[in-house]
Amino acid sequence: MAAVRKLPFWAENILLPSLNLLAAFVVSGLVIWGLGEDPFLALSLLVEGAFGYEEAIGYTFYYATNFIFTGLAVSIAFHAGHFNIGGEGQAMIGGLGLTLAVFLMGDASPFLSILIGIIGAAVFGAAWAYIPAYLQAKRGSHIVITTIMFNFIASALLAYMLVGPLQRPGGQMPESADFPDGVALTHIHELLSYIGISFEEGPMNVSLLIAFACAWGFWFLLWRTRFGYELRVAGQSADAAAFAGISVPRMTILAMMVSGALAGMMGLNELLGEQLRLLGNFTLGYGFVGIAVAFMGRNHPVGIVLAAVLFGALYQGGAELAFEMPSITRDLIVMIQGLVILFAGAMEHMFRTPLNRLFERFASQEAV
Amino acid sequence: MSDLLAIETRELSKRFGEVRANDAINLQVKAGTVHGIVGENGAGKSTLLKMLFGFYQPDNGDILIDGDFVHLANPSGAMDHGVGMVHQHFMLVEPFTVLENIMLGAEGGRNLEEGKARARAALTDLEEKFGFDLPLDEPVENLPVGVRQRAEILKALYKGAKTLILDEPTAVLTPQECDQLFELVKLLRAQGNTVLFVTHKLHEIMAITDDVTVIRAGKLIATRKTSETSAADLAELMVGAKVSRQVSREDKTNRQSRLELKNVSAFNGQGHAALKGVSLQVKDGEVLGIAGVAGNGQTELLEVITGLRRISDGSIEFSGLTIADKSTVTDPITLRQKGMAHVAEDRLKTGVVESMSAKENIMLGYQTEDEFVSIGVLKLKNIEARAGACFETQDVRPRNIDLPIGSFSGGNQQKIVIARELAQSPQLMVIGQPTRGVDIGAVTKIHDQITELRNDGKALLVVSADLDELLAISDRIAVMCEGEITGVMRVEDADEKTLGLMMAGQKIDTSKGLAGNAPSEPSTAPTGGSL
Amino acid sequence: MEFFADLVLLIDSTLRIATPLVLTAFAGLIAERAGVVDIGLEGKMLASAFAAAATAAVTGSPWYALMAGVGAAVALGLLHGYVSINQRGNQIVSGMAINIAVAGAAPTLANFIFHKGGQTPLLDEESRFSIITLPGAEALADVPLIGGLYSEIISGHNLITYLTVLVVPATAWLLYKTRFGLRLRAVGENPEAVDTAGISVALIRYQALIIFGVLCGFAGTVLSTGLGAGFIRDMSAGKGYLALAAMIFGKWKPVPTLLACLLFGFVDALQGRLQGVSFPLIGEIPVQFTIMLPYVLTVIILAGFVGKIQAPRASGIPYEKDH
Repeated sequence: MAAVRKLPFWAENILLPSLNLLAAFVVSGLVIWGLGEDPFLALSLLVEGAFGYEEAIGYTFYYATNFIFTGLAVSIAFHAGHFNIGGEGQAMIGGLGLTLAVFLMGDASPFLSILIGIIGAAVFGAAWAYIPAYLQAKRGSHIVITTIMFNFIASALLAYMLVGPLQRPGGQMPESADFPDGVALTHIHELLSYIGISFEEGPMNVSLLIAFACAWGFWFLLWRTRFGYELRVAGQSADAAAFAGISVPRMTILAMMVSGALAGMMGLNELLGEQLRLLGNFTLGYGFVGIAVAFMGRNHPVGIVLAAVLFGALYQGGAELAFEMPSITRDLIVMIQGLVILFAGAMEHMFRTPLNRLFERFASQEAV
Repeated sequence: MSDLLAIETRELSKRFGEVRANDAINLQVKAGTVHGIVGENGAGKSTLLKMLFGFYQPDNGDILIDGDFVHLANPSGAMDHGVGMVHQHFMLVEPFTVLENIMLGAEGGRNLEEGKARARAALTDLEEKFGFDLPLDEPVENLPVGVRQRAEILKALYKGAKTLILDEPTAVLTPQECDQLFELVKLLRAQGNTVLFVTHKLHEIMAITDDVTVIRAGKLIATRKTSETSAADLAELMVGAKVSRQVSREDKTNRQSRLELKNVSAFNGQGHAALKGVSLQVKDGEVLGIAGVAGNGQTELLEVITGLRRISDGSIEFSGLTIADKSTVTDPITLRQKGMAHVAEDRLKTGVVESMSAKENIMLGYQTEDEFVSIGVLKLKNIEARAGACFETQDVRPRNIDLPIGSFSGGNQQKIVIARELAQSPQLMVIGQPTRGVDIGAVTKIHDQITELRNDGKALLVVSADLDELLAISDRIAVMCEGEITGVMRVEDADEKTLGLMMAGQKIDTSKGLAGNAPSEPSTAPTGGSL
Repeated sequence: MEFFADLVLLIDSTLRIATPLVLTAFAGLIAERAGVVDIGLEGKMLASAFAAAATAAVTGSPWYALMAGVGAAVALGLLHGYVSINQRGNQIVSGMAINIAVAGAAPTLANFIFHKGGQTPLLDEESRFSIITLPGAEALADVPLIGGLYSEIISGHNLITYLTVLVVPATAWLLYKTRFGLRLRAVGENPEAVDTAGISVALIRYQALIIFGVLCGFAGTVLSTGLGAGFIRDMSAGKGYLALAAMIFGKWKPVPTLLACLLFGFVDALQGRLQGVSFPLIGEIPVQFTIMLPYVLTVIILAGFVGKIQAPRASGIPYEKDH
């Protein structure tokens, strides 16, 4: 009944996420201080390591590419009213699909192989999301739990493929043979050199542009098409959807399939962009971080891209930081990620109530 | 009956944000009486109750129980003072047995088994005293609504309630269950208890209470002895000087049938029979009103007509086409394309998407129209133009199509919804609760629009819990009770007493009607929802 | 006879593997029956495994280790409670966040204290919950049938495994035979009914989360100081999620949950024994498929192919007084 005053746009979408982030950093800073290091120095090293020079920027955006895909994946399911925490498994199976497609194409033209590989990644990712979605839509199985289970099943399946049928002939590691020559996405620095700009070599590749395209497509799909409209209606109110002749189970399944396809496409960056073969557990938790990216990005593609760059910076800067400071390891970066997810995702209301009060007092003073 | 006060409030006030839900309420409830509280939805009844049993704390004012000032920090505080409440939505744990539910919060020690044995013994006495016969070991989820309510009442008595607050107790009951409840209330009074009976049904107030208090817009308007007042007086007090309006109606007869239901049966979400052989006809140029106590199949009736629920028997014809029978169900989009518009009964839950902007809501249900979309892409300009036009013709305020629809007032929301449906020039308009939660000004406009449509030769089917509304806008009124049509009568022949009997399940030979009998108990205001 | 010996060994390792599973699954059961969903069982187990191993390494006492392990898990349980109950935050995200934060924090701290690359030093026998040989086990070991059963299956476990045997009836008793249990179950089904009965919903939920923390703490402690001899990175290895699966498989009820844990433990133990064993017709079963089995079973259960399944109605939904 209480009249809820909405925060102004900038407070809701910029100030609030910044405060959440700040809180995560303050706690992380305390930990760093406890480890006997200077948190402010650590922060400056982290920023320097993420944005300070061309190679760093390249790596930051390389990692960000993964997060854009997984963040968009979590977000589209969220718009349809579902929580897909199976991004990790969908990415694994997407990678598997990509690899199978590439090997299936054999010595065909690399361009065609890449194209089919991309389709393979999306289709396999979508298929892996389809089953939990179907079970949710038709049998009422809670999608959160089924997607968790599917992450484990995917991981075991991938492990089986990589020590079995797909293992590099004669190899001992859980990895596939290398992709055929030339089946790789062009690096950005190569692209830039075509147009006469020189940029430090790095892993950043065309999949970043594909990710941007997906972000734009995500926006267009959700806010400019009938499908997106129906998806959002279904996500907001099942009753209103029925009223408008929209099938909620159908929307659940379709949204989850798009979600799985996006998560599956993460493999473009990691496998087709950098590793050029399939690796066990190449997903490295990117699927889970996608949840934080979606939350911090306020489920809007612009926000998601920004949040993805933030997490990319945290990855890249964190790696540099671990190199520079002896007591800090990459594990600490994982902890900071966890804290960011905690403050930005789970405790997003923590600052909202006080902010609301502040703005209300402001408003009433103005009224006086 | 002494003059001792069981409950008294002095200047009791509570506000939510800008809304004064309760404004300086001075209520006096005499011990050993049944005291009625009436008011329209949103008048502030629920807020008052919630303060009386400690769920809310007042911003201002005092509560006295048995003459003593009390501070009720929480519901158990109220319980300690002998005030128990039976909520409109029962506070029962579904998988628990009746016994477990009753003892929750008064278990009598850490050991559950011992507590259960003691509670069982104590309940046997109570049950005898008040004539209960409840299946103590049955999980509540298996019990019908009426029995659950008795479990709630027994729970309050078990916890030592001397004063019982019953919040809209009859809203979900069948007439038979209502009678049982009334007997129980009388018995409670005879045993020296005080009952605060909250309702918006005036005939209940007249039938059961000793005194009655009217609340309107957060203020206590009047307290009367029931024997010295009438339903008509109370109705006037409830809504404030009621404007009696005569809508100008052109005579439109012998038009063709637009909608026909033949022997339609359907199940509700729980799998119980909700419609039992319903036959109805709506002709062009007429308004058929559907009256009845909430929960007697009206919701399901709207759903089967608008393609939201499958029927199990019979058939539905619309514009001469069979749109539903045992094996077919036509989807809402096709129905809209064929010229059926639907104003949903529960606006916020079904009729709009609260968090979406007004302009996005303007295409809800019509999102496949060429006007709004081509090859899957939305035509934003057209959508905005349509929304703008709707705002203009309906005088919606504020004139901002980008605001979330949830931030408009109930009346403005309904105007937007009606405009949306009118824009497609439908042949038939199916309306559930046209003015629920709508301010008086908008009510007039909505009624005028309904009549205008009718005069324009369109067919309308209107379900409303507000009899006065139906009497004002309908050509014929059909009454539903327990999933059946208990009668259909022309509005000229209808009076509230006859309709009331039909609502209670009496089948009336409507060819003769009972016109001529003095109308006495106007029932007003829609049911459901509370503060 | 060899088959019998194999079976005895299999059951013995089933019990060992099932110990942390049972403790964690019952922790999850208590929380969810009180209406708090926590997919962060993994993180709590890992945190207490680290806290226990680190304390044992420093103090040399398994008892201090247990206290530290329990303390760490309870603290994280309360943090999750603060997010879920006070902040009304998203409980799934909170559980996930705590999992990730702990996965990073535990090796970081281990590295800071012990400089062994994110591990704790190997614990000696005195600072662990070592194997308890029950009286007469050695004497009876050679008696056919019973001897093997007694000395291998009944005897020869650590203290926490024996305590776990008590946890199951204790939890069932608490849930179904006490006032607290009645209130706890009510809070998980219809918190409003509890609130209007004058009982604090938040208090019951916090109390449940403390029990939850204690059980997770035992699970983590047994991992690093009972079954293992020190903390290693990611040593919970998905057991928290497996416990979650077992709890759902057991339909949120104590005895079925116990059986599910034993089944999952058995599958795990079996997989060790089956490696390289070829079956008629199907040949060798890849180890990855036995790993998958519990998760596949849980999905099948969730899909409702094996009877109706009803989670506590209010689980995962923050309680708000006003609507």
